[in-house]
Amino acid sequence: MPLQIDGKTYETDEEGYLANLGDWTPELATAMATADGAELEDNHWEVINFLREYYEEYQIAPAVRVLTKAIGKKLGKDKGNSKYLYELFPYGPAKQACKYAGLPKPTGCV
Amino acid sequence: MDEAGNGGGNGVTKKFMYMNRKAPYGTVYALESLEVVLIAAAFEQDISVVFADDGVYQLMKGQDTEGIGMKNFSPAYAALGDYDINKIYIERESLEERGLSLDDLQALTWEDEDDDWKEKSSLHLVGRDELAALIAEQDIVLSF
Repeated sequence: MPLQIDGKTYETDEEGYLANLGDWTPELATAMATADGAELEDNHWEVINFLREYYEEYQIAPAVRVLTKAIGKKLGKDKGNSKYLYELFPYGPAKQACKYAGLPKPTGCV
Repeated sequence: MDEAGNGGGNGVTKKFMYMNRKAPYGTVYALESLEVVLIAAAFEQDISVVFADDGVYQLMKGQDTEGIGMKNFSPAYAALGDYDINKIYIERESLEERGLSLDDLQALTWEDEDDDWKEKSSLHLVGRDELAALIAEQDIVLSF
């Protein structure tokens, strides 16, 4: 279902992941979250920005286990655990955060 | 049979080997293999990955796919260390037959948690005989 924001249309796959990475803007992330009934705060953005940087470097969206470990290393142990990440992204940190970050659904994602 | 190694939970850990034998582009084998490896890693299996024959080209440095309109997925191999995949075997004869050496391949590393997160190489150069012995040790071998 295409996403419509400010009169523009963006292609997505059937699960709502952006078809073209290049389309992504922070406003799109906010709009996707609003559609899910969520509000993005600084803690969310930290993870979203981390995912975008990870994708930039490796060209893949990390699995949740890899994300958790890497977040812990970068942002500290209190954030590198699944409890914290699931509180931020209750639909699954890899899945939901990747969607807002404009990334494809992670390979082997649960 | 070996005892289950470092697998977590109550699941069974098996020795999986993924053999990559084809050039990276032109067929979808290399990319599909990479995806399957990443999925298997999520299930905490004992994984090794082999690059032999034209498969050694998959790890070549400086890949540029612009001219063929395909995504350059080679940066993803550098993430294998994050997935705890550090047994990556390169067949020596395959490199030599193509006039290549390890220096032509991208460096792949992992961080050893038990050794103060020291960065170590994941690439292991093995001869054809050694590789045959490694294959014989596996529970499951998948060839791409």
